[in-house]
Amino acid sequence: MILPSVLKYLNRFRSWRELKTASRDPLLLFTIVLILSSLVIFILYPLLSVVITSFKTGPGAPFTLSIFKEVISSAYLRLAFMNSIMMGLLTAVLGSFVGFIFAYALSRTDIPFKKFFHIIAIIPVVSPPFIGALSIIMLFGNNGLITYSLFKIMNYPIYGIRGLLLAQVITFFPIAYITLRGVIDSISPTLEDAALDLGGSRWKVFKKVTLPLTIPGIASAMLVLFIETLADFGNPLILAGSQFPVLSVQAYLQITGMYDLPKGSALAILLLVPSITAYFLQKYWVSRKQYVTITGKPTTSALKSVSPAAKWVLFSVCLFIAGVILLIYITILWGSFAKVWGYDNNLTLAHFKYVYEVGFKAVLDTLTIAGISTPVAGILGMVIAFLVIRKKFPGRYFMEFTSMLSFAVPGTVIGIGYILAFNKPPILLTGTLLILLLNFIFRYIPVGIQSGIAILRQVDPSIEEAAIDLGADSRKTFFKITLPLMVPAFFSGLIFSFVRAMTAISAVIFLVSSRWNLMTVQIMSQTESGRLGAAAAYSVILVVLILLAILLIRSILVFRYGKFGGTMLKI
Amino acid sequence: MGVKLVNITKIFSDPAHPEKKVHAVNNANIEVADGEFVTFLGPSGCGKTTTLRIISGFENPTEGEVWISGKMVNDQPPNRRDTSMVFQSYAIFPHLSVGQNIGFGLELKERPKKEIKQEVEKIMKVMDLKDLVNRRPDQLSGGQQQRVALARAIINRPGVLLFDEPLSNLDAKLRDQMRLEIRRIQQTFGITSIYVTHDQSEAMTVSDRIVVMNEGNIMQTGTPFEIYSRPANNFVADFIGRVNFFEGTAVLSDKEGIEVRFAGGAVKKIASSSGEIMDGGPVLVTVRPESLRLYHSQERKGFIDGKISKSVYLGPVVEYEIDTGSGKPVLAVTHNPVEEGFFKLGEKVTADFNPVSAHVLA
Ligand SMILES: Nc1ncnc2c1ncn2[C@@H]1O[C@H](COP(=O)(O)OP(=O)(O)O)[C@@H](O)[C@H]1O
Ligand SMILES: [Mg+2]
Repeated sequence: MILPSVLKYLNRFRSWRELKTASRDPLLLFTIVLILSSLVIFILYPLLSVVITSFKTGPGAPFTLSIFKEVISSAYLRLAFMNSIMMGLLTAVLGSFVGFIFAYALSRTDIPFKKFFHIIAIIPVVSPPFIGALSIIMLFGNNGLITYSLFKIMNYPIYGIRGLLLAQVITFFPIAYITLRGVIDSISPTLEDAALDLGGSRWKVFKKVTLPLTIPGIASAMLVLFIETLADFGNPLILAGSQFPVLSVQAYLQITGMYDLPKGSALAILLLVPSITAYFLQKYWVSRKQYVTITGKPTTSALKSVSPAAKWVLFSVCLFIAGVILLIYITILWGSFAKVWGYDNNLTLAHFKYVYEVGFKAVLDTLTIAGISTPVAGILGMVIAFLVIRKKFPGRYFMEFTSMLSFAVPGTVIGIGYILAFNKPPILLTGTLLILLLNFIFRYIPVGIQSGIAILRQVDPSIEEAAIDLGADSRKTFFKITLPLMVPAFFSGLIFSFVRAMTAISAVIFLVSSRWNLMTVQIMSQTESGRLGAAAAYSVILVVLILLAILLIRSILVFRYGKFGGTMLKI
Repeated sequence: MGVKLVNITKIFSDPAHPEKKVHAVNNANIEVADGEFVTFLGPSGCGKTTTLRIISGFENPTEGEVWISGKMVNDQPPNRRDTSMVFQSYAIFPHLSVGQNIGFGLELKERPKKEIKQEVEKIMKVMDLKDLVNRRPDQLSGGQQQRVALARAIINRPGVLLFDEPLSNLDAKLRDQMRLEIRRIQQTFGITSIYVTHDQSEAMTVSDRIVVMNEGNIMQTGTPFEIYSRPANNFVADFIGRVNFFEGTAVLSDKEGIEVRFAGGAVKKIASSSGEIMDGGPVLVTVRPESLRLYHSQERKGFIDGKISKSVYLGPVVEYEIDTGSGKPVLAVTHNPVEEGFFKLGEKVTADFNPVSAHVLA
């Protein structure tokens, strides 16, 4: 008697009704529960561990603010916080500026070498984020090609803000370029033509039409750059020097150098708060303000909105930036073949031989880990995107929120979280392959989710309903209809997360062991111990492997879908 | 296979504003007989799609029961119901060829490959889709996509076919052609069909019976003839085709009909009526424009006197508006203008109608 009335009462709540609907499909329910619990264990629990550790002087000790007080009272650590924020802001502004110039020039003018500029701007995205730092050391450091060999300057002060800013702008402006290119391309040139037609000067048109339409895009790019710079670990580890401490490196040093887990965690929290703030600004405020200016028919632009003088100014800026990037990559390439960089620049294969003999395991480990974790993350991302967009179940906002969280959390924080959370039973994983895999999988889920959600929003839900209507259950509908439609998104997500996994450093540096090591960690340690040639050789191998992987995925798509397959990828 | 909706109500609540509730369907009772072709007709937003989706199982009714073929199916998910839907957007799987699209339902049933191929060929022939088996969906014209969607829906021989505004994406000429086609296919296979449209001429062409809906309520159910010439209320009379309303008073009603005295003093006895009509009470008499006869005013004294205020020549017919000096202009249509001649703009005319073609509303 009581049960039916209780059930009837529960029916008033949407989440209960949704749960009932979901439970009619056991497979669906199982998948949802599995995903939700792994998100809790592998994303929330490590983060929570960092938070808890930062409020306790040791395991079992009571909660206290003393660690944060200690951190704040240290002038050096305060400086680290200020430096991190300042680097974040500077890189955000400069990087977005350069990115905008590239995007605007390539989208709105007919300057020569557009394709070349585009490729140049993409290269930093597909290479380890600290190649810039390595190359800058080789150019401006103690044995630097430019400082020492060219100008005979000893000890040029490249360490600190100067070198770091250069490295980070070069590393991160491509993100701004890609974002803004998308935004500017989607602004119909007819808008500019219309403004010109109404009698505006070119400058006025730019100021009153083009720029206002791109402002949300610029804000979004700046926030993303701020997050990336704040989280950056490789460049500052190489270039910051002890005079210019930054948070990510200091957190790392506290933990691996001083074994001070609470203080390291407290620094991680200081790193986390601004990142998360910027992330939410980006996600819930800026992205809402994006304009949609798609018009009915695609329009061909006559590219009249830029004056010849402005065009050549833009061209020169692009040329200069492209020159710097080329210089950086040629330096790495050359460095990998030079006998002793700066002293004896004759060519040799010794560094590659060294990598092959001493460090080849790291190459294989890197490939294994990236090769396993990225497809898993990709499929998981697609499944989550599907569930979040197409299914109704309690916890779907939680699912989206949690899985997107790792976009916002700096790698350093995740790394610290993983060693804190998984160094003791019930989940003892430190030193294993599994901890590296899990870390990568849950870091790169958001990539798949984002591209999956984007494509699902375009696919008319009635296409899936048609399959259900014809008798397919949820599993068949997903595998026969939804998944095939998501394939292009899946593969471009796959490339992106593969690149990221191959080049990651900030989180994994806490997780590698003698049994499982990674190339990026090798590059760092070779650089730190002054073997620039070996570091360069590793970097070259890494970039070549990434390019090969992209080529492989492309040819799979071309093989499977004909010549249009290649165009499915954005890169 | 029959379909029965018993007291179906659907209330949507907007997740952003839970206090705002939309009554998409209100206590609907509909019965569709085996092999019958029934159309839900009504303005946009009146709940047609929702009702259809409740039948197919994509929406659960807030209240009420759905019966298909004598069984209550409220708890059956859409993939278990013996219904097939032709979607407004066609919902053709973009990654499958035409043949694979059409054979999809059979493939789900894991029928042998050869059998699927034969069935697909057979149906493509009926649907006039020959030679398109290996085409990609994006290489099809709108009409062909429409046929593929229909072929895919009927290859399973569903008990009930559901159509949601299937022709709204086609141009006018194709639309006329396809609605006859749909009717032909439905008759060929004898499948019970429920069809949603907001286009009354489409509804008239294809249906055995029409269910007229407005704001979630059923306004009238009947054959196209009943709906058009014997509308149950103002809404139906006004929504289906064009109509003149004449106010009057019911003088006397008996078995042969109702005697109505009009505002101008004329009295007519009209046989057909809807609703409770009380002697001495006010009534509305509906007369379709084509039922009004027009005369040059010197020819004959009529029911109405007025001036032609507008005339539109459409070829087979001429549409006139007559300004009677009081309120809304009266609409009239004359046929075969070549023989019958024209009325000039501003010309004084009289008009009258035969009581057989009028209908009284309470
Ligand atoms: N999923 C939904 N959530 C909220 N309101 C809905 C939903 N689907 C339909 N409605 C509302 O229900 C009403 C009827 O919609 P619909 O059945 O689509 O009308 P029709 O097909 O007759 O144009 C409309 O007011 C519509 O806004
Ligand atoms: Mg509709």
